[in-house]
Amino acid sequence: MNSKLKLEKLNIHFGATHAVKDVSLEFPANTVTAIIGPSGCGKSTVLRSINRMHDLTPSARVTGRILLDEADIYDRKVDPVAVRRRIGMVFQKANPFPAMSIYDNVISGYKLNGRVKKAEMDEIVESSLRRVALWDEVKERLKSSAMALSGGQQQRLCIARTVAVQPEVILMDEPCSALDPIATLKIEELIAELKEQYTVVIVTHNMQQAARVSDCTAFLYLGELIEFDVTKKIFTNPTKSQTEDYITGRFG
Amino acid sequence: MSDMDSAPLTDRRMIKGDAIFKGVILALAGSILLILLIMMFEMVKESLPAIKKFGGRFLLGREWDAVQGEFGALDFLYGSVVSAVLAILLATPLSVGAALFITDIAPRKVGNVIAPIIELLAAIPSVIYGLWGVLVMAPWLQQSVQPWLIEHFGFLPFFQGAPYGVSMMAAVFILMIMIIPIITSITKEVLLAVPVSQKEAAYALGATRWEMVRMALIPYARSGVLGAVILGLGRAIGETMAVTMVIGNTPQISLSLLAPAYTMPSVIANEFAETTSKLHASALMEVGLILLVVTLIINIMARLLIWSVTRGDTGARA
Amino acid sequence: MSTYDFRRRLVNNLMTILLVGAALAVMAPLGIIFFHILKMGAGSLSLDFFTQIPKPTGESGGGMANGLAGSAIMIALASCFGLPVGILGAVYLNEFGNNRFATAVRFSADVLAGIPSIITGMVAYTLLVVPMKGFSALAGAVALALIMIPIVLRTTEEQLKMVPGTLREASLALGVPFWRTSLKVTLVSARAGITTGILLSIARISGETAPLLFTALGNQFWSKKLNEPMAAIPLQIFNFAIAPYDDWHRLAWAGALVLVVIMFTLNLTARYFGRSRQ
Repeated sequence: MNSKLKLEKLNIHFGATHAVKDVSLEFPANTVTAIIGPSGCGKSTVLRSINRMHDLTPSARVTGRILLDEADIYDRKVDPVAVRRRIGMVFQKANPFPAMSIYDNVISGYKLNGRVKKAEMDEIVESSLRRVALWDEVKERLKSSAMALSGGQQQRLCIARTVAVQPEVILMDEPCSALDPIATLKIEELIAELKEQYTVVIVTHNMQQAARVSDCTAFLYLGELIEFDVTKKIFTNPTKSQTEDYITGRFG
Repeated sequence: MSDMDSAPLTDRRMIKGDAIFKGVILALAGSILLILLIMMFEMVKESLPAIKKFGGRFLLGREWDAVQGEFGALDFLYGSVVSAVLAILLATPLSVGAALFITDIAPRKVGNVIAPIIELLAAIPSVIYGLWGVLVMAPWLQQSVQPWLIEHFGFLPFFQGAPYGVSMMAAVFILMIMIIPIITSITKEVLLAVPVSQKEAAYALGATRWEMVRMALIPYARSGVLGAVILGLGRAIGETMAVTMVIGNTPQISLSLLAPAYTMPSVIANEFAETTSKLHASALMEVGLILLVVTLIINIMARLLIWSVTRGDTGARA
Repeated sequence: MSTYDFRRRLVNNLMTILLVGAALAVMAPLGIIFFHILKMGAGSLSLDFFTQIPKPTGESGGGMANGLAGSAIMIALASCFGLPVGILGAVYLNEFGNNRFATAVRFSADVLAGIPSIITGMVAYTLLVVPMKGFSALAGAVALALIMIPIVLRTTEEQLKMVPGTLREASLALGVPFWRTSLKVTLVSARAGITTGILLSIARISGETAPLLFTALGNQFWSKKLNEPMAAIPLQIFNFAIAPYDDWHRLAWAGALVLVVIMFTLNLTARYFGRSRQ
């Protein structure tokens, strides 16, 4: 497998706190990789470093390298905006733009490219919404507010918005934690489909979810990478005792 | 309420103390309602002679003659509306820009210094702005700005006539300077109330900072910012001292910004202590009543808008 | 990957520069005003300012001692009227604040706070000056109190809301009567925040001019009686600023400096109390 994304000796500090320690990881292309671990283990922190969201936190300091197709996204010449165009992100809580319609939400990121023809926008909106299996549910009310949708629909809308930008990597930060089981199931099915086109990294505190959706799993504990392997192996025959303790529910 | 249950039931003095206390605080709270009602009632009652005598003519008439007993307030209405609206038009982009600078561009340390300074400036009394306006700004306008405008733009109706210094222009500038701190402070609060998740959503889509402002901040905070602006408008319309000191206090309607003008609060400030007749006093009261109604409408609108964004937590500070 | 659309970067940089420019444009006039107050005020301030009353036109020197005293008297009197209403009114809202009446009171306070102060002055004139047949310090103080009340009421209520309900319940459970609990537990716990509100309201009324125009009126001399016109610093600044005499302008600048110093001291102290609470 060739690696789409590679973390090399990633260290993240917040002020005096050393949140992520020497994490090195490789994410193969067109796979879903899950990052699991107890709360506060730094899994979201790692995820957010991959599209340079920490640039928005003045106290955060990221060292080490993150390679996207062998190019370091933390290179000084790299603009974080360009990074985020290629590495999209879906958040824990659905965050559609409340003042925009469903249609405008989906197209909001794509439109940043500049003037886009109406027909092209229509096409992007439809294909993005189809990809997240939301098209049939909303095609009659594209112009109504995104806030009228249910929580699960909002989250799928946010995924559609991310997909519309046509990124290469999609990061997901506990995307189902605020959703009911049925909505969760839909998102999980969606994740499985997304990997045909994208490299997906998902952070989750739900181990069943990690087992269901991911091809590879990384276990983080106290800011350190304990174990990284194909998901099946992690959940059936982990190498490290800490991993075993965690997945069998002995702590965390 | 659990208070009665937990007070010992046998001690009558204690129960009586509570009853008296409750009565007192109830009366004091009620007195606030009463004050407002009395104020409204007085304003209406005292305006009645003028309302009866002039009717709608009062709003459209341009004669203001205490000797002849003829009163029309159009010139003051014009002065108030034009000065306040122009000041708002100038102040809004600057204030919103400054607020965005504080919340999203300046390093946090810089923002944390600038924001309280701007809030302190909002507390400077208007008479001091007026003092500066009449002794520093108006002479400067008269000697430098206005002659230059006349020379280069004198063909426009807005810059015709002699440079007096004290003028509509001076009033607009001083009002602008005075309301900028208010609009900036409230806009800052409103912008800070925008959830981080909204900003992150925009950034994660690959937006630049400005695109984030346009996509996430402005739409979310729009009604709150509008509220801040309208609150500024209310302030500008009701502002008395600073405007009275620099506007020239000449009742006229002139397109030229260089010409002196007159506002509703200014005519009250200048004439109310020395009215020549009952009718004169009543006419001034009616001017006050118009001012009161206008500011009430403006303020209620502004509060509702700001509240819709921040859910009431800046309402009282504003 | 190091570059993306040139246009987008250009717009972003341009807007950033514009926003920095707006911030500078906002700070500049305010800075200039502050500079003038400091420069002109410091140049005109002397011991006489605090001990003398204004000299007649043409004579140089003189001070605003009567204005300082007048302002102090009227602010003190306004506080006597306004603070109990504001603070105890807030206690009512905090304890029984979930009914229509309380909503009406809150609404009235917000409306009052937005009324131009010159209108407050007009009402005080019709209610006090006309019946008393003369301008008076008392009428001035009442007008100031009317401005003070809504500010104190709303800030106090916000502070009281932050006192944990468990604290009150603990006191009530010990058999402390309700009124003592309100005054000694709830109010005292919130005292820092309430002090902030009081200081801010005093700062506000110490600079008010318009409501005094037709109430206290102003006075060139010492006034000892509350039923007579009385001088006040803001009134003196106003009258001296619009008069054509340089000596009076100097006094006005000195008055402005003193007023600004008082104002900033009150505001900063208020901030200090406001901060220590958190």
